[in-house]
Amino acid sequence: MSSDRAPARAPRRRRSRVALLVRGIALTYLALLLVLPVLLVFVRTFERGIEPVIEALSRPAFLAAFRLTIIVTVIAVPFNAIFGVIAAITLVRHRPRGGAFLNALIDLPFALSPVVIGLALILVYGKFGVIGPELEARGFQVIFAVPGIVLATILVSLPFVVREVMPLLREVGTDQEEAAATLGSGSWRTFRRITLPAIRWGVIYGVILTTARSLGEFGAVSIVSGKLSGKTETLTLHVEERFQSFDPVGAYAASVVLALMALAVLLGMSVLQSGVIQRRFSRGDRRQAADQAVR
Amino acid sequence: MAGRAVVEGPESFLRAITSPQSIAALQLTFLLSAIVVLIDAVMGTLIAWVLVRDEFPGKRIVNALIDLPFALPTIVAGLTLLTLYGPKSPFGLNLAYTQAGILLALLFVTLPFVVRAVQPVLIELDREMEEAAASLGASPLTVLRRIILPNLAPAILTGCALAFARAIGEFGSVVLISGNIPYRTEVAAVNIFIQLENDDPGGAAAISVVLLAGALLTLSSLELLRRRGSRHEAVA
Repeated sequence: MSSDRAPARAPRRRRSRVALLVRGIALTYLALLLVLPVLLVFVRTFERGIEPVIEALSRPAFLAAFRLTIIVTVIAVPFNAIFGVIAAITLVRHRPRGGAFLNALIDLPFALSPVVIGLALILVYGKFGVIGPELEARGFQVIFAVPGIVLATILVSLPFVVREVMPLLREVGTDQEEAAATLGSGSWRTFRRITLPAIRWGVIYGVILTTARSLGEFGAVSIVSGKLSGKTETLTLHVEERFQSFDPVGAYAASVVLALMALAVLLGMSVLQSGVIQRRFSRGDRRQAADQAVR
Repeated sequence: MAGRAVVEGPESFLRAITSPQSIAALQLTFLLSAIVVLIDAVMGTLIAWVLVRDEFPGKRIVNALIDLPFALPTIVAGLTLLTLYGPKSPFGLNLAYTQAGILLALLFVTLPFVVRAVQPVLIELDREMEEAAASLGASPLTVLRRIILPNLAPAILTGCALAFARAIGEFGSVVLISGNIPYRTEVAAVNIFIQLENDDPGGAAAISVVLLAGALLTLSSLELLRRRGSRHEAVA
């Protein structure tokens, strides 16, 4: 051991210099692309003190946009949480015919441009859409109104919960659920006592991601909303509108509100992730142990 | 939607996707997305490496920051980049209304894909292989080329495919910094938006179908790759 330490020293020192260089490149790239721009937004926002910011954040247009964003999120997130759990259980446990197709279909909102999702909604619910005119004749307007915004938000954030829950369901398997059923537990009780605790963290992580996307969606919403200030303008649309109206303080103030919400989401994600990575580590160890046992 | 594009007839579909402005937008989008994916592949792998194999103070914070582009609303991301690389840039580097500006926005929003795909693989990568190669006299570069990169390749490709699918459809982060000058800085998603505002849903649907095809093609090749990968594992 001590005999081969001496010759190994030289290359190790060279490698550590390379490691420093690689670290430098990676951190510089992140600083220039992520950290500095976001910091500068905060600096620019409070450049002229806090009064103009407070003034911008107490205007009716901002308050209405903030309220609308919260309303849309409060509808979209529970909807997608419930749908996500049901869809994941259906796909994993019941394996319906065409399951592979459904599985791919659920990912579609990730693959599609949000603009295309907005357009698809217009082609269905718009004035010249497939069922739009009929709905409008009954006094229910979807496009250029709040229902369209909610629908767009639900669509773009649809896959998150499903995607987080499916792997957990596969991993826990059906043994415990079957045991509960044999012992006479009803399906609701089995779900509540066995399945739900097993997928809990996946649901929470998915809900966090869904919330972030719902608060921040821009492309799809911008197509279906009509952007009526005070009526169908969400927070992200408000940022764009203020920017285009040469009101940087208004745009920056609203951006900072959105950025703070994003940072809160980020914090939640990293707290959960450290737990998940620890679990993954232990799983990896177990797998290695199993491999060695087989050998 | 595909139905709508077809109902309007193949001629109008062709006319829409062969209008010079739409072709320019599609070309720009796919070209920039390809460049972005190449940069992502290199920088994403590098960052993942630093996060897994390197140790330095504040690593956990850096690790959490990687998800920032997923959490930050795209319009805020665009405004953010415009603040540092726009007309009032403290570096004197004005990339507003340029293709480089669009590139920057796309790099921002696609940053996490390769990093987050490579990281778990790197964590589970067996270091004994590298040590064995090194003790047999392989240089660090050879170890990187013959051992590490082949092991990471599927993860890098997965990240690249997701980043590409995201980049070709990106709208929110690009719309402010690009200025949307036809033929020069108008990307496909913005082109769709403008056609729709000009009351041409047929044209918008046609470009959408091209984007949709691009995304589906990317993701289905990813699925093929995944299946091939799992078959390899089964054989091993």
